[in-house]
Amino acid sequence: MKEFSVFDIIGPRMVGPSSSHTAGAVKIGLVAHRLLNGERPKEVLLTLYGSFAETGFGHGTDRALLAGVLGVAPDDSRVRFSLLLAKSENITVEVKKGGEEMDHPNTARIFVRTENGRTFTVVGRSVGGGNIEIVEINDMEVSFTGDYPTLIAFYADVPGIISKVTAILAFEGINVAFMKVFRSAKRSDACMVIETDAQVPKSCLSLIRNEVDGIEEMCTI
Amino acid sequence: MKYAFSTGAELVRLCENEKLTIAEVMIRHQLEIDERTREELENEMFDNLMTMQRSIRIGFEENQETMTGNAGDNAEKLLAFAERSNMGYDMARICAAALAVTEVNASMGKIVAAPTAGASGVLPAVLVMCSEKRGFTDKDLVNGLFAAGAVGIIIAKNASISGAAGGCQAEVGSASAMAAAALAELCGASPRAALDAAAIALKNILGLVCDPVAGLVECPCIKRNAMGAANAVLCADMALAGITSIIPFDEVVSAMRSVGRMMSSDLRETAKGGLAVTPTGLEIARRIHIDG
Repeated sequence: MKEFSVFDIIGPRMVGPSSSHTAGAVKIGLVAHRLLNGERPKEVLLTLYGSFAETGFGHGTDRALLAGVLGVAPDDSRVRFSLLLAKSENITVEVKKGGEEMDHPNTARIFVRTENGRTFTVVGRSVGGGNIEIVEINDMEVSFTGDYPTLIAFYADVPGIISKVTAILAFEGINVAFMKVFRSAKRSDACMVIETDAQVPKSCLSLIRNEVDGIEEMCTI
Repeated sequence: MKYAFSTGAELVRLCENEKLTIAEVMIRHQLEIDERTREELENEMFDNLMTMQRSIRIGFEENQETMTGNAGDNAEKLLAFAERSNMGYDMARICAAALAVTEVNASMGKIVAAPTAGASGVLPAVLVMCSEKRGFTDKDLVNGLFAAGAVGIIIAKNASISGAAGGCQAEVGSASAMAAAALAELCGASPRAALDAAAIALKNILGLVCDPVAGLVECPCIKRNAMGAANAVLCADMALAGITSIIPFDEVVSAMRSVGRMMSSDLRETAKGGLAVTPTGLEIARRIHIDG
């Protein structure tokens, strides 16, 4: 039986009206915000599927996703005004309903073009009670929840990279809670998702960047 | 873990053996599973209390604009009517506070899920509004929230606190049971009597379906929160008057789980049954989804 925290029951503090359709949606957006890596977004395209598409307008799901992309937290009253926030920062926002059937009814796809022209996509689902699962980044299937500090690295699929990264984490005393690796094809683009007990410090990230050849892109969530 | 509990019986046994309140057992158990200090836990709960109080105030003072435009000023209306209320001034204000918080929630305002966003009005309304009359301190109210959390944990472990899994009985029903126990304990009820208050509250809402119009946390959720708050106060009063629940709390929780399992999925948050498919409900849904 799951050991409940009292704050699972009294909490979280959040902007309503729905933990799955609003708070969870903000959290999916926040993953896209972290992938910005400090860049400013220029263009955001939100696609809502299933129940998100059906009742998303009434639940503010579109505004919630956008708030997350802009770095606004689920308990920040500005969630409601994210469209205005985006406008004031000259960010183009488009919201559409996706026609295709997804595995989970509360699914959203976020496409972002940054001020420097870099683009990326995140697909996430809100699985209830404000909990989320990210299932796709840049067309690559992934799976993580965002409940733990998460390190995501895209790299060339050649032998030895995983061990180098985990060796650096071990050296820094960071315990790995869960780790998964994904790739699009053999010896092609790969992605590792490492969920850790402690936040991976910036110094550790630059160490990985400098010491490990083949890492193309990396961020923490 | 010395203070772990999964059932009401275990919780009462812990309280009675150690001569502790439900709130105190909850805090001590949380200390066993949380890395934070007691002071940090109390501060975290105090932040929840502050957000609850603010959501009541905002709901009372400002006309909320909910997503459908069908609600938003119910709290002000009932508050203005409180002097003439048939259920009495205090009870009218408690119910108005529940409307206030749920209207804030429905208009993308900030609330505390307790246990969910859809049932977020019950607990703050009962504790905060009763504190005016009873003179509860913030410290008392924080303890009340911990006690309510203990009851919610038992329901979550043995049944459900989600409308999609168990219908409205699992959301407003759970919130009402949590508020009843917390209020009873703050008014001096024994842990056993506080759980009787929770049991009676849950029994009264047993079987209530989750049938939101247009799938939104608005109609009938807002008014059901007011009902849940009134029910909590009634059940706390019954327990304080010495009335017991004939069916023990744990058995009520397990009945709630089995009723939830018997409930068609059409009546569990899918907006495919009940009020959601009445002609008016369908008309509202059509209007919103076209606008959206």
